Amino acid sequence: MQEICTFFENIPPLALDVLWLVAVLILVIAYITVCALLLVYLERKVAGFVQRRPGPYEVGPYGILQSACDAVKLVVKQIIKPAHVDPGLYFLAPILSFFPVLLLFLPLPFSRLLTGMNVNLGILLVLAFSGINVIAVLLAGVSSNNKFGLLGAARGVSQSVAYEIPLLLSTLAIAMMTGSLSFTEIVEGQGGWPWQWNIILQPVAFVIFIFSMFGETNRLPFDLPEGESELTGGFHTEYSGMGFGLFFLAEYANMVVVCSIATALFLGGYKGPFLDGPWWFLAKSWTLLFFMLWVRFTYPRIRFDQMLNLNWKWLLPLGVLNLLATAFAMKFFPVVANFFGFGGAA
Amino acid sequence: MHNTPLFPKDMKGDFYSCHFEKGKQEDTIILNLGPQHPSTHGVLRILCEMDGEYVLRAEPVLGYLHRMQEKMGEIKYPAQYMNNMGRVDYLNPMSWNWAFVGAAEKVMGVEVSERCEYARVIAMELSRIASHLVGWGAWILDLGATTPILYAFDDREDVLDIIQELCGSRLTNVYFRVGGVCKDITPRAVQLIKEFIPSMRKRIPMYHALVTKNMILRGRIEGIGIIDRDVCNRYGCTGPVSRGAGIAHDTRRAEPHSVYPKLDFNIPVYTEACSMARYKVRLDEIEQSLNILEQCIEQMPAEGDVLPAKNIKFNTKLPAGEAYYAVEGARGKVGVWIASDGGKYPYRVKLRAPGFCSLSCFAEVAKGMLLADAIAVLGSLDLVIPEVDR
Repeated sequence: MQEICTFFENIPPLALDVLWLVAVLILVIAYITVCALLLVYLERKVAGFVQRRPGPYEVGPYGILQSACDAVKLVVKQIIKPAHVDPGLYFLAPILSFFPVLLLFLPLPFSRLLTGMNVNLGILLVLAFSGINVIAVLLAGVSSNNKFGLLGAARGVSQSVAYEIPLLLSTLAIAMMTGSLSFTEIVEGQGGWPWQWNIILQPVAFVIFIFSMFGETNRLPFDLPEGESELTGGFHTEYSGMGFGLFFLAEYANMVVVCSIATALFLGGYKGPFLDGPWWFLAKSWTLLFFMLWVRFTYPRIRFDQMLNLNWKWLLPLGVLNLLATAFAMKFFPVVANFFGFGGAA
Repeated sequence: MHNTPLFPKDMKGDFYSCHFEKGKQEDTIILNLGPQHPSTHGVLRILCEMDGEYVLRAEPVLGYLHRMQEKMGEIKYPAQYMNNMGRVDYLNPMSWNWAFVGAAEKVMGVEVSERCEYARVIAMELSRIASHLVGWGAWILDLGATTPILYAFDDREDVLDIIQELCGSRLTNVYFRVGGVCKDITPRAVQLIKEFIPSMRKRIPMYHALVTKNMILRGRIEGIGIIDRDVCNRYGCTGPVSRGAGIAHDTRRAEPHSVYPKLDFNIPVYTEACSMARYKVRLDEIEQSLNILEQCIEQMPAEGDVLPAKNIKFNTKLPAGEAYYAVEGARGKVGVWIASDGGKYPYRVKLRAPGFCSLSCFAEVAKGMLLADAIAVLGSLDLVIPEVDR
């Protein structure tokens, strides 16, 4: 025991950090893989449930191994490079879409201690790296020498650029309330019971966040960059095998990330009425994920201009107003409270 | 006329895209939708000149599923040719069955019993319901909602069960015969129809509640894709397309044939002329078809010869003469014109496909539309490409 302790003490702190980061990244990759496999299965089962059919049930008990089969199929499938593509950008795009996702998982607070990297600027980190996905979509569409891909990429960029702003505004309102950009502190600022969550104080921000969540992850009703009935596959039309697989994985990982963020910001994160811990976090974020799947199989696709109108004419002004209201409340609530003599710190 | 040769040496792409490209403006791209495209329902190909998301020009390119149906009519006995009639429009085969049989009977001067007429009406209306259900579900699928089509197929399954009881096949039905139908209506078929009518009636309000009232769907199809009276008249659009434009024309009423005059049903007409109007016409027609089915089951005489007369054989020739017979199919007016010179086979068989006329107006309607809207309008025409190409 003594020896082990001295061994760890002798490691320079930088190396320890690197070791910790590697361990965390491995855990994150494992979590993403499990999530993707589970989500593929769940998506099909939810689709089956909504559409009154059994869903997958052949491979393994209740079809549980179906997603494993899909994964194997995607990995072993031939990667086809169409003629006249820009090979560098063409192969860079799927990688670029998937790898930032790993970093997005780092600041997520699964519990008080179980956080990959407890940084003070967690929200900023997530927002910054989620922007890289747009570049991947753009590169994929532009480099694949396909008009459908080009149109899909154009849609994807204008959609992501548009929906990042209300996302930011709604997140900012929470950050303003808590006075911190760290996920752990935001969760700590909330209580265990539903009426102590931020969703009660910031319902407008939550609604805006939910809309932007669908917009950011390109899920139906906002899946215009893919829009298979118009653009066949949108930006990933020309990708096969693992090229497509990485886009697919990134989409599911992004879904998990946005649902986790929503859980941390609005739904009390890992806190519950009893026994705080990661199970609450997982339960809440997977409920949100189920909601996303449910919406996908319920609604038709919105049109491109309608989607942008919804964003620029409704979500953005609402977000700004909400932010202003939050700012005023933060400033004047203590003053008013002091004036009437019931005190209390906001 | 262009002075360039029909097939220039530096021709890019095929004949159609080469000639479509001649009218291309600067800063536009030519998008080739199809023939393998998820929302062109088969092998329709549409050339679009796009300015960003807007369609400046569109031109349907047909013929990828041309099967020479009309020519086949000229090299076969009428009884042999009946099999083709189940395959021209695979979603609504009964209307083609009837149109051809009607024309052949007119040439031959054959009359059928009243029970047989009722059997034909029953088959026809069942086929219409099945077709409208598929058209409805597949169209909503084009708009991105994956669920309604599975509900529609659920109901269609019941219809197909009945049709199977009627004629033995579920798809590509060949139920009609010159001078009758292939099989008498069995008590089990009557039983199935009686069970189907109330169950389908319960489903339609659910469709309205879940799909018609959906905000996104209404935003997508309300007021979009105006095909008005004028366009309908110029292109010869019939069926739900023209009834959605306020033209109260239904072949069942306009050219009364068979026992339709004895039946009480309405012709749903909407004047909005948009995609939503066509949508509503289809769902309302399902209800009206259910009314017709109900009356047919009540009024159908128990006695009567349904099977064709013994003297009409496999290789019966048509006498000299010509006839045109039109019925109201699910997609519009289905007409067959037969001209016979008394020879072994008919001299000429002409099939009037309603889908062809509906598709012709697409180029004009899609001009200046968003791509997503153009796809939605294409779905609202309820095309079946084998029928368009024949």
